[in-house]
Amino acid sequence: MIDLVLFVAFPYVAVVLAVLFGIYRYRSDRFSYSSFSSQFLENRQLFWGSVPWHYGIVIILSAHLLAALFPRAWAQLIAAPLRLYVLEVTGLALALLTLLGLVLLILRRLRSARVFAVTSAMDWALLVALLVQVALGFWVALFYRWGSDWYLHTAVPWLFSLVVFQPQIQYVTALPWIVQLHMLWGFFIILLFPFTRLVHLVTVPITYLWRPYQVVIWNRRMRRGR
Amino acid sequence: MNIRAQVSMVFHLDKCIGCHTCSVACKNIWTDRVGAEYMWWNNVETKPGTGYPTLWEDQEKYKGGWERSGANGHSSKLRLKLQGRGGALANIFFNPYLPTVDDYYEPWTYDYENLFNAPEGDDQPTARPVSLITGKTIETIEAGPNWDDDLGGSPIYAANDPNLSRLSAQEREQMNELERVVFFYLPRICNHCLNAGCVAACPAGAIYKRGEDGIVLISQEKCRAWRMCISGCPYKKTYFNWNTGKSEKCILCFPRLETGQAPACFHSCVGRIRYLGVLLYDADRIEEAAGVSDAELVEAQRSLIQDPFDPKVIGDARASGISDQMIASAQNSPVYKFVMRWKLALPLHPEFRTLPMLFYVPPMLPVLAKLQQGRYELADGHEEGLAPMFSSLEQARLPLRYMAGMFSAGNERIMEAVYRKLIAVRLYMRAKQVKDISEAEAQMALKLGETTPEEAEAIVRLTARPTYEERFVIPPLAREQAIEATLDPYTHKLEAGFGFRQSPERRW
Ligand code: SF4
Repeated sequence: MIDLVLFVAFPYVAVVLAVLFGIYRYRSDRFSYSSFSSQFLENRQLFWGSVPWHYGIVIILSAHLLAALFPRAWAQLIAAPLRLYVLEVTGLALALLTLLGLVLLILRRLRSARVFAVTSAMDWALLVALLVQVALGFWVALFYRWGSDWYLHTAVPWLFSLVVFQPQIQYVTALPWIVQLHMLWGFFIILLFPFTRLVHLVTVPITYLWRPYQVVIWNRRMRRGR
Repeated sequence: MNIRAQVSMVFHLDKCIGCHTCSVACKNIWTDRVGAEYMWWNNVETKPGTGYPTLWEDQEKYKGGWERSGANGHSSKLRLKLQGRGGALANIFFNPYLPTVDDYYEPWTYDYENLFNAPEGDDQPTARPVSLITGKTIETIEAGPNWDDDLGGSPIYAANDPNLSRLSAQEREQMNELERVVFFYLPRICNHCLNAGCVAACPAGAIYKRGEDGIVLISQEKCRAWRMCISGCPYKKTYFNWNTGKSEKCILCFPRLETGQAPACFHSCVGRIRYLGVLLYDADRIEEAAGVSDAELVEAQRSLIQDPFDPKVIGDARASGISDQMIASAQNSPVYKFVMRWKLALPLHPEFRTLPMLFYVPPMLPVLAKLQQGRYELADGHEEGLAPMFSSLEQARLPLRYMAGMFSAGNERIMEAVYRKLIAVRLYMRAKQVKDISEAEAQMALKLGETTPEEAEAIVRLTARPTYEERFVIPPLAREQAIEATLDPYTHKLEAGFGFRQSPERRW
């Protein structure tokens, strides 16, 4: 029963809430959709925290996502032992990098009085939640080796079953508790998403790659004859 | 031609008395808020000086504006000095060229309470400075608004003015000599550029130019604190609100303009140095004009601006959707007179290639005045039997090159033409009023300045005795009409200003 709540109900609730409340917040409080950068107040420590953190987490998350979306291609990728080793080592290194970056970011918020002044309660909650998740991920990568392989046979089918609304939890219920916690904590962060500055994630300005440089907006373009 | 209208500005620097009334008027209306205390959408700095934020003109430091691409910058294609499009996404986690609050100053107040509450003691209680960001006591205030006003601390500040790099070591040395020390004021607001660097740098596309009047605004709802605009603007006229996490900038008081009033800094200006009016320009040639070589930049920008009396231009303007009232306003524009007809007003640092639409009439005094027998004289040359000011350009106190570096991208010919005309106007009027200069000499000056008595009179009239209506020719923006298709005019009226329905603060 508890497994059903944790591995079926909770993920659905988290995702639905994140989407619905995210949309509600976008419509009612668009002003708050921001990354709330604090670089203006503190520059030097930010570099050593923000860059490793963001690049690390972007790559790691993409790997999680790609493997889940294209399990067959991923399986082929890790079929050769050498490629598997490289992948595992890279993953571990990136996890370490991300963890270090995040720790630096947290220390920065504590140490710099200016940045501390613009840190909200939700920011702290988010930072702690992320720290827990990244630490768990690092732990899993370190002590439950070949994750790039067993991930395909545990979490991926479970996630897929959730997506097609035929939940099958037997894929994950037998996993070590720390791995399970990592999975559930991921959904907890999804739940946090619309209540924190994490919303900046969905506003990544990808259109900048092709939009014209100059933006001109008219209230009502009048067309008149000569 | 794709004609657009631009509300443009002229600041007459000879008239600025450096009183900062403009800055205070703006501060009281727009930036007297948490997170915006350090912002001066209008600021007045002393030149030579490092300005606000410190060294803003140094684009090797801040990477603002545009540069020509190609091996040695000779292609006419432009790219942002900051980064390319991919670079913007790559640097989004950390902008390596972002100025921080220390490049401006940490805003503070004083602990006034202590004056009342301090326990009895041997010393006078003091009100110590308290940071408005952290609420903590600041031991030593190291920078503040107009920290280097009137050459204060000039060995540190004025000596580092990036424009001085154009001068020889000897010339710089001379400027420090006690009796040659020279300065003037440079009031700055957003230039509402045609080829704006901030607009181009914003990854979110939150910054835009209003089609109707060319005012550049930042959508507070679209801004996501990617903070590239602050670097992209070479004039450092977009500011980061550290409290709301949004960029903000001068809005040219559009709520005032839309109700027929001059912007607050214009209205309150004590020296009456400010002029505002519409210019019509050809929007199809923006890139081309911004891409010419440094020396041609001023001319190229002038060539964009169209003659509002030319029937062809009027026809094209109408076809582009510009109202007849707007065209009439452009015909009355004092800015058109200063910039195009008389060619006296020049853009600030055109080499940043943003095509700024705020123009400056350069100041004469610091260039021409000289100390003679303990008195400042507007002229020298008496010894050589010349009328005052004939030879003065060559013996300028502040080398012409310095001015050319600021207002004509180094083109001294353009700078000289402006000064010759300004001198001609003075000599002509002096011959007429004070009568200590002969008619022949005045005629000579007019010829050198390539001007006529009629033009000189007109320049004097608009420079020295303009009425409010002559200084500010505010076009009928007819906002209610323009928006009525999309919004109830009454709703709009209630929204005038930033248009917030929620207070602009952090809620998460
Ligand atoms: S109010 Fe006018 S005269 Fe005074 S500092 Fe500002 S621009 Fe200069």
